[in-house]
Amino acid sequence: MELIELIFVIIIGIGLFLCILRMIKGPTAADRAISMDTATTATVALLVLLGFIFNRYVYLDVSLVYSIISFVGLIAIARFLEKGI
Amino acid sequence: MEIFGMIVSGIGVLFLLLGCLGVFRMPDIYNRVQAGTKCTTLGSFLTIVGVGIMQPDWFWKTLIIALFVLISNPISSHNLGRASIKKGISLCDKTVKDQTNKFKGYKE
Repeated sequence: MELIELIFVIIIGIGLFLCILRMIKGPTAADRAISMDTATTATVALLVLLGFIFNRYVYLDVSLVYSIISFVGLIAIARFLEKGI
Repeated sequence: MEIFGMIVSGIGVLFLLLGCLGVFRMPDIYNRVQAGTKCTTLGSFLTIVGVGIMQPDWFWKTLIIALFVLISNPISSHNLGRASIKKGISLCDKTVKDQTNKFKGYKE
C-alpha cells in the first residue's frame, strides 16, 4: 500500500513540473494564469493525499483554505486582465 | 473498501496527469483553458473522494472539499476565457470556425 501512495505522489509531481514548464514558457499572461490554476487544483488533491499518508487531519483544513484562496485570486487576475484595475 | 478507494484515487491521479499534459502541449490559450479545467476538475474530485472512501471518518469533510472544487473551478476558468476573448488574444492557425466574429483572419 505504501508503494502505491508513493507512486500517486510522484505522478502528481510530474504534472506540477509540466505546469511549471508552461508557466516559464507561456507567451501571454493568461497562459501563466491558467497554468497556475491547474497547478493549484493539483496541489489541493496532493494535500489531501499527503494528509491520508501521514495521518494528519489538519491537512484537510489547509486544503480547503488553499482552494478558496486560489478561487478568489484567479477571479481577481481575470478581472485585472479584462479591464484593468 | 480500501482497495476500492485506492482504485478511485488512481483514476483521479491519472486524470490529473492528463490535464497537466494538456496544459503543456495544447497550441492555444482556449484549448489550454478547456484541457486544464475539465481534466483537473474530474481528477481532483475522484482523488479527494477516493481518500474519503479509504478513510471513512473523513468522508463528509472530503466531500465538502470536492464539491467546492467542483463548483468553483469552472467559474474561474470561464472568467479567464472571457477575459482573454475581450483582450483579443489570437487563435491558433488550425482553427476552422470562430463564432464570436472577433478574429477576422479565420473564416469558416
